[in-house]
Amino acid sequence: FRAVPDDGGLVDADEDKDIKTEASNDSWGNNNANDGRLLSPSPGSSASAGSNKSAAGASEEQQTLLAVLQFLRKNKLTESVEILRREAGLPEDSLEPKGAESSGAGSGGASGGVDLEGGDASSLLTAGEDQPDVNVVLSAYSQQGDPALYEVYYSGLKRFIESVLDCHRAELSQVFYPLFVHMYLELVYNNHESEAKAFFEKFSGDQECYYEDDLRVLSSLTKKEHMRGNETLLDFRTSKFVLRISRDSYQLLKRHLQERQNNQIWNIIQEHLYIDIFDGMPRSKSQIDAMSGSLAGEAKREANKAKVYYGLLKEPEIELPLDDEDEEAENEEGKPKKKKPKKDSLGSKSKKQDPNAPSQNRIPLPELKDSDKLDKIMYMKEATKRIRLGPDNLPSICFYSFLNAYQGLTAVDFTDDSSLIAGGFADSTVRVWSVTPKKLRKVKSAADLNLIDKESDDVLERIMDEKTASESKILCGHSGPVYGISFSPDRNYLLSSSEDGTVRLWSLQTFTCLVGYKGHNYPVWDTQFSPHGYYFVSGGHDRVARLWATDHYQPLRMFSGHLADVTCTRFHPNSNYVATGSSDRTIRLWDVLNGNCVRIFTGHKGPIHALAFSPNGKFLASGATDGRVLLWDIGHGLMVGELKGHTDTIYSLRFSRDGEILASGSMDNTVRLWDATKAFDDLETDDFTAATGHIHLQDNSQELLLGTYMTKSTPVIHLHFTRRNLLLAAGAYNP
Amino acid sequence: SDYKTKSGLPFCHCPTKLHFEKLAKIQPCSVILPTESMKAMAESVGVGQLQEESCVAISEEVSYRIKEIAQDALKFMHHGKRRKLTTSDIDNALKLKNVEPLYGFQSQEFIPFRFASGGGRELHFYEEREVDLSDIINTPLPRVPLDVSLKAHWLSIEGVQPAIPENPPPAPKEQQKAESTEPLKVAKPGQEEEAAIQGKSQGATAADGKGKEKGLIRLKPRSTHELSVEQQLYYKEITEACVGSCEAKRAEALQSIATDPGLYQMLPRFSTFISEGVRVNVVQNNLALLIYLMRMVKALMDNPTLYLEKYLHELIPAVVTCIVSKQLCLRPDVDNHWALRDFAARLMAQSCKTFSTTTNNIQSRITKTFTKSWLDDKTQWTTRYGCIAGLAELGPDVIKTLILPRLTVEGARIKAVMEGPVVSNIDKIGADHVQSLLLKHCASVIAKIRPQPDNVEQYRTDYGYLGPMLCSHVMKARTQAALQAQQVNRTTLTITQPRPTLSVSQSGLSGSTGPRTPSIIKVPSSLTLMSPRPGTPSQPSPPATKYIVMATSAGTATTQQVITLSSSQSASPVTSTVPSATSTLQPLVKLESGSGPGLTGSRPLQKYIVVSLPSSASSSLEPKSSVIPTSISSTSLEAGMKMERSESPGASTQSPH
Repeated sequence: FRAVPDDGGLVDADEDKDIKTEASNDSWGNNNANDGRLLSPSPGSSASAGSNKSAAGASEEQQTLLAVLQFLRKNKLTESVEILRREAGLPEDSLEPKGAESSGAGSGGASGGVDLEGGDASSLLTAGEDQPDVNVVLSAYSQQGDPALYEVYYSGLKRFIESVLDCHRAELSQVFYPLFVHMYLELVYNNHESEAKAFFEKFSGDQECYYEDDLRVLSSLTKKEHMRGNETLLDFRTSKFVLRISRDSYQLLKRHLQERQNNQIWNIIQEHLYIDIFDGMPRSKSQIDAMSGSLAGEAKREANKAKVYYGLLKEPEIELPLDDEDEEAENEEGKPKKKKPKKDSLGSKSKKQDPNAPSQNRIPLPELKDSDKLDKIMYMKEATKRIRLGPDNLPSICFYSFLNAYQGLTAVDFTDDSSLIAGGFADSTVRVWSVTPKKLRKVKSAADLNLIDKESDDVLERIMDEKTASESKILCGHSGPVYGISFSPDRNYLLSSSEDGTVRLWSLQTFTCLVGYKGHNYPVWDTQFSPHGYYFVSGGHDRVARLWATDHYQPLRMFSGHLADVTCTRFHPNSNYVATGSSDRTIRLWDVLNGNCVRIFTGHKGPIHALAFSPNGKFLASGATDGRVLLWDIGHGLMVGELKGHTDTIYSLRFSRDGEILASGSMDNTVRLWDATKAFDDLETDDFTAATGHIHLQDNSQELLLGTYMTKSTPVIHLHFTRRNLLLAAGAYNP
Repeated sequence: SDYKTKSGLPFCHCPTKLHFEKLAKIQPCSVILPTESMKAMAESVGVGQLQEESCVAISEEVSYRIKEIAQDALKFMHHGKRRKLTTSDIDNALKLKNVEPLYGFQSQEFIPFRFASGGGRELHFYEEREVDLSDIINTPLPRVPLDVSLKAHWLSIEGVQPAIPENPPPAPKEQQKAESTEPLKVAKPGQEEEAAIQGKSQGATAADGKGKEKGLIRLKPRSTHELSVEQQLYYKEITEACVGSCEAKRAEALQSIATDPGLYQMLPRFSTFISEGVRVNVVQNNLALLIYLMRMVKALMDNPTLYLEKYLHELIPAVVTCIVSKQLCLRPDVDNHWALRDFAARLMAQSCKTFSTTTNNIQSRITKTFTKSWLDDKTQWTTRYGCIAGLAELGPDVIKTLILPRLTVEGARIKAVMEGPVVSNIDKIGADHVQSLLLKHCASVIAKIRPQPDNVEQYRTDYGYLGPMLCSHVMKARTQAALQAQQVNRTTLTITQPRPTLSVSQSGLSGSTGPRTPSIIKVPSSLTLMSPRPGTPSQPSPPATKYIVMATSAGTATTQQVITLSSSQSASPVTSTVPSATSTLQPLVKLESGSGPGLTGSRPLQKYIVVSLPSSASSSLEPKSSVIPTSISSTSLEAGMKMERSESPGASTQSPH
C-alpha cells in the first residue's frame, strides 16, 4: 500500500506521502473497527445477547489477525508484520504456538479464497479479513435442530406476526426474509435436502417480490457442496442482515419467542441478524419497503452518521483581465453591464466559505496549468450564455446515435466542453470522435518534432501532424468488452475499463495507450476521472472500488465493503468523496482521505447502474435495473425522493448545470426529464424525518416528470449537459 | 443441450412493480439435466456402468454450476447494455470462473440451437445449412458491413419532440384514431386546460345568463398542420419519385411509404395528391400515372402505422375511378387498362375488408354502386368490366349472389357483340375481356357450389351463351383445386418485393450483419410494363421460375430475355435472348401464377413477364410525367404548407363519395 510518491508528479510530494502512510494505517484500523462494530452487540440487544458472544467475537478477531500475520510472514512482508503486530498489540511469540492452528485456517481461507478471488493477493487480504475461513463461516450452520420442526417454527412465527397489531405487523414482517434464508441454509447445510425443498416451496411465496433474484439463486442451491464458494451465501453469513425495528415491536417479538421457548429462531436472530432498535413510532409498510431490498437489509443508522463535507471547493481565483480583453476584442461595444455582475458573483462565491465544504487541501489536488485556466475562462464565458432551465423551460435534447454498431456499444462519454465523444465497444475497441469541425490529430513523430522551431508562438499547433487529421480515431489495446470510459477534465487523456481486468489510460495527443492499470483481475465495470483530474476511481467484479492516481501503477485506496460487484463509480464534485453503486443493491459513499465508508444507502431493488451528484454536491441520484430513480440527501444520509416511470434499467443520470433538471436515460428507449428543484424543495422543510431517518415519500413522480422522449429504437446509455445546458444523449441504434 | 437450462432463467429484469407484491411461487431447483445425458457422456469418455446415484449427483452439480454461470452471464448482458443474452456473455462468465470458454459458438442468433424430435427421441442440434458451392461463387458479394458512425438529431427542441424520421412516429395509430373519432378527448394538455377554462367561463356565463341551461359548448380545437422543412423535402422527393420515370427510385419511394412510421402528418397531403392526381390523369387518359398513383394507395394501405380511415373519402373515389372509368388510356384498343382495373379492384376489395364497418357501410355502398352501373344497358364495356371486377374481388359470396344470376343476361350481351354484325373493334375487345373475366371468377365459385357431374348441356341451359365455356373452365378449376390453394397474393403489381425464389443476390453467407434492403431485381427504367397475353413462351422445362423480360431499345428490334431460375437445379440463371415480334404496347405488369401447361408436379410455375413500352411511348409519356406531377406537387405543397383545418365532428365520419 505504501506507494512511493513521484516527485515529478502533480501532487505536492510531502502531502502525498503523508496521506498514503496514513491511509495504509487507517485502512487497517478502520477495518478492525468495522469488525468490532459488527461483532459487538447493539445497545438494544445487549440485554439478551450474552456476554459470551462478545468474547467469542474477540477470539475470532484474534484469529483473524493471526491469520493475516501468518499470511504476511509467508509472503516475507516482514515490515508489515512488525507494524501489524505492534498495532494489534500481539505478543512477539503469539504466532508460534498458535501458528499451526491458524495456518490451517489460513490455508483453508486461501483455498476458499481462490475460488472467490482467483488469487488476487490484495483482494484476498481484504477478503481474508471479512471472511477468515469458509469452513468457519459455514460451520455456524452446523447446529442441529430437528429438520421437521423448522416448518412448525416458521409457521408459528408467521401466525404470531399475522396476529399482532397492524402497526407492528409490517415491522415484524421484515424478519421473515432473513429467517427464511437462514433456516433454508441450515437445512441445506445439514443435508436435509428434501426438507429444505419442502420448506422453500412452502414459504418462498411469502417473501417480498424484490427478493426474487436472491431467492432464485437460493433455490438452485440444494447441496452442502454448493455452499462452498457461493458468494451470495457467504455474504449472508458474514454480513449480518440489518433490520430496523421499533423498540415496541422488538419487545413483542422477543417476548413471543421466549414464551414459546423457540430457541431455533431466537438463535438465528441472535447470530445472523442485526436488529437496529429505535424509539418511536413503528414504521409503515411503505416506509419499510422504500428502504429495504438490498442484499443485507437496511443500512445501520450509525453507518450514516459520519460528517460528510458535501460542499463545493472554492473555485480557484483566475485573473479575468484576459477574459476582459478577449471580450472587448470580440464585442466592439463592450458590455460592462454584463461583465460586472458576473465578476461580483464570482467574487462573492469565492469569499464565502461554505461551512459544509472540506478544507481546500483536504485532498491534494493538482495545480492548475495555464491551459486549465484558459479552459476555466472558456467555461465561465459559456456559463454566462447558459439557459436557465425549469419546468417551463425544458432543455433541447440532441441525440447522438451510433449507427452500424453491431459489435455492441457498451460505454459512452462526452468531454465536459462537449467537443469529443468516446465510445467503448464490445469488440474491445475504443473510438473517439470529434463533434466539432476541429479534427483529431496526432502529435508528430519524434524525428519530426526535432525539426520544429520550439521558440515559436504556435509551437502547440506545429507539433500536430496534419496528415493524421480525421474525425475519429480507434484505440485498440483491450482484450475484452470496454465497459467504462471517461475523459480527463483537461481532454488530454481518456480512461477505459474492460472485461480484461485492466484500466487503460490513453493519450489524446498521440492516441496511444500510456498505462495499463492492473489490479482488479476481474472485469472492471466502471471508471471515472475526478473532476479535478489526476485521480480516478474504478470498480469491478471483485467487489472492490479502487482509487488511483494517473502516475501510480498501484491504487492509492481500496474501498471494500460491497457484497457484490461494484457496478458504477462516481466522484463527488469536490473530489473528496466517491460514490459506488453495486449489485448488492446498495450505494456507498467513501471518503477519499481515509478510505472510510461514510454512507450506505439502501432502497433499490436491483443492481445500480447509474449515479449522479447534483452540481451543488448536496444530493445524489441513483438509477437501477428496477427502473426507479432514487434521490438521496448526502448530508443527512436520507432518501428524499423516488422517481418512478422508467420501465427498464436506467443507464444514465445527469443533473443540468444548475441542478434544476434531472435527466435520466434508460434501456426502455426513453429520456425523461424530472423537476429536481421541486423534488428537493418539497422535502427540505421536513425536520422530523431528518431526525428519525424515517422518510415518508410522497408518490409525486407524475408531478415531477417534465417530459418523456422516446427514441425510435435506441437505448439511452449516456447523457450529458453542455455548458450551456443543452442535453446530449447517446446510444446505439438497435433496429 | 447445455443451453436448455437457461430458458428457465430470467434474461431480462422485469421492472419492479410499483406496488410491491408478494412473490409468485418460484419453483425450487426447477430444471435439472437428465441423468441419461450424464450416462451417455460418461460412456463417451470410457466410464461404463455409472451408478444411478452418481448420475443424479453429477447432474445436480452440473445443473447448479450451469445456473451459476448463467447468472454471471446476466451481469455481462446488463453491462453490455443489451436485453438479450448472447453466447459471448456465457463465454465471459466461464472466463470469470477460470473455465475455458466454448470456442466456435459465435452466432448471430442468440441461441443457435434448433430442436427436433421424433421417434421418442429429442435432439438439439446446431443448424448448418447445406450450401451449394457454385451458388456462393456465383452470388454477388454481400455488402461490406459499414463502419460505426455517429449521427446527431434533435430528440427534443425545448421540450417538444420534432416529427422527423429519426424520431418515433409522433402519434401511434390508436392515437390517430382517437384524434379523428373523439377529437375533444385528446386535445393536448395545454389545450385541454384552455378548453376547461373556456368551459368554465362559459359555464359561468351560462349560469349567469338565465336561459342557456345547456352549459358547456365545447369548441373543437383548431389544429394546425405544419410540416417541417425536412418533411416538406421528403414529401417532394417521394411524390416526385412515385410518379417519375425512374423505376428504381419509385420502388424505393413506395417502400418508404409502406414502411416509414413517421408519415402520419403527411397523410393529408398524400391523400390529396392521389385524389387530385387521379382526377387530372383520368381526363388526360394517362394510364402510366394512374398506375403509379394506385401503387401509392397500395403502399399507404400497407403501412401499419397509418390510420387511413380519415382519408377514405378522398382515396376511395380515386380508386373507384380507376376501376370503372370509361376510358383510362389514349388507345383503348391496345393499351392494357384492364390490368389497372383489376389492380384497383383488388385495392378496393382490400379496403372494404379493412375499413368497412357497420357505421360507414363501405362495402354495401360500393357494391350498390357497381351493381347499379352494371345493370345499366348503356354502360360501356370498359365500365362493365370494372364493375364486374370490382364485385368479383369482393369474394365468392358476392359472386354467388350478384354475378352468377346475371350470367345468362351478360352472356347474351356478349354473344350479340361477338357473333352479331361487326360493330367496332373496341367493343369486341371489351366483350372478350368481360367474358374471360367472368369465366375466371365464376368458374372457381361454381366449382365449389355445383355438384360434380359437369354437363355441357346443363350448363348451357343454366348459363346461356357462356355455359359451355364455363363448363370447361369449371372442370379445369376442379382439377387445379389443389394448386389454386397455393395461389400467391395477387394484389401485387411490383416485382420488387423480396421473395425467396427471387433471391438471386441474397447470399447464404452468415457474415454480413448490415441491414440489407430487399434485393431488387433491377429492371431497366423503361422496362416496367408487360402484357399477360401475347406470346407467352411455354417452355417445356422442369418446374422453375421464369422471368421473361422484354426490352425495347429505342425503336429497334425487340428482344426477349428469358431468365429461367431453377431452384431445384443449381445451375446459374440461364439468360437467353429471343428475338420477338411482339411489339405490344400494353404497359402493365402482371404477376401470373398457376401451373405450367401439362405440368403434373406440385411445384407451381411462376412467370414474371415484363414487357416494356416502346421508347416512343415512353418518351411520349415523359413530358407529361414531368409536367403534371410537378405541377401537382408544387400546388399541393403550397396549399398544404400551412393548412389550417377546422375539424368538425361531422368530418370524422367519412363518406366515400
